Amino acid sequence: MATLREVRKRIRGVKSTRRITRAMEMVAAAKLRKAQARVEQAKPYAAKLDEMLSHLAAASTGEIQHPFFEQRPVEKSTLVLVTADRGLCGSFNANLMREAEAWRREHADEPFEFMLFGKKGWDYYRRRDVDVLDHQLGWEGEMDYGRARDAVQMLTDRFVSGKTDRIDLIYTTFVSMGSFRVTRETFLPIPRHPTGSEDEDQERERDYIFEPDPQAIYEQLLPYYATTKMITVLTESFASEQASRMLAMNAATKAAGDMIDALTLDFNKARQAQITKELSEVVSGADALKG
Amino acid sequence: MFRLSIVTPERVYYDGDVASLVVPGTEGYLGILSNHAPLITALQEGRIEYRDEADTVHILAVSGGFLEVFDNKATLLADAVEAAEEIDVDRARDALERARKKLEKVSSGSSPEEINVDEARDALQRARNRIKVYNETH
Repeated sequence: MATLREVRKRIRGVKSTRRITRAMEMVAAAKLRKAQARVEQAKPYAAKLDEMLSHLAAASTGEIQHPFFEQRPVEKSTLVLVTADRGLCGSFNANLMREAEAWRREHADEPFEFMLFGKKGWDYYRRRDVDVLDHQLGWEGEMDYGRARDAVQMLTDRFVSGKTDRIDLIYTTFVSMGSFRVTRETFLPIPRHPTGSEDEDQERERDYIFEPDPQAIYEQLLPYYATTKMITVLTESFASEQASRMLAMNAATKAAGDMIDALTLDFNKARQAQITKELSEVVSGADALKG
Repeated sequence: MFRLSIVTPERVYYDGDVASLVVPGTEGYLGILSNHAPLITALQEGRIEYRDEADTVHILAVSGGFLEVFDNKATLLADAVEAAEEIDVDRARDALERARKKLEKVSSGSSPEEINVDEARDALQRARNRIKVYNETH
């Protein structure tokens, strides 16, 4: 049985760990609130953009051509993987890596490349035999449109110039505080009619005036669409990371509490055993004196 | 009166009824009143002007975007908007000066550090637009 001193030391250690996990939980909760607000704020713009694109597609006569739509046989593909910069967020990064590895196995027979957001993915793949096109750290859920535009520009340039034929995304979609999941999506080529839920015939009747013309508007709109998609992916991923960390740290805080309870029990047992031992020593000492 | 919503990536800037709207379309400024025909247009840099229910005229600097009008609803997707009275003209002038210097360096061929020409040109445009809108309203 552990000595009193040892048990006391362990209790102290676990208590300070609990303080840290509790603090991390609270920090994650605060960051989550902010990240969640960002996700919500970005929604109206993305929704309106979708709407405008589908109106445009439905109302213009003939199919609009744009290189972003071009479906071609896939000879080389690109994976954009969005992980966290930090750890201690449960299985958040491990889940992403598992999906990325699955993707890698599926594409084992063809050339492929990775674009990595987040330090964890970069740490994982930098030492492996994988072509890493680019890696970006320190996003922290910021809605930095300039930076997103540059990253998207790089990706779309590769796609349009034929250096890659398909760009996939693996990231974490944020549903709610307790619900987020790893998602795999195709970024480019963009599937036709991004939303297009409304009746097309009715759309055509709207008879829009276009200025300058649908093709030109399309050419201007699509880069926005791609950038907005990327921003959505990054903000949702960050919110999910925080939610995951909050849950993980909450569990850790609880586990630390349980451990402290168990150790306290050990401590009390050891203390009582010692008192009993001391008592019996005193009694037997007195008995010996009586003779 | 018709409905106008101005939405930027960061937030919904305005959502309410307006009597008139003037925007910088790619082919020049255009005015929108109630019962305008359906329209989709790209916007260029310039100023947005709208008259709200209380008959107050609001003037904003915009850096680009898109406008859709249908069934007395106007949706304006803007990259960024800034109310004329919020424009910090000194800052805009500084930005203009910085961008101009950068571009001068590039054109004179002495650019030791990496200068993003497109970015500098954009910054120049933006600053110029903000100063212009400021001067027109003050």
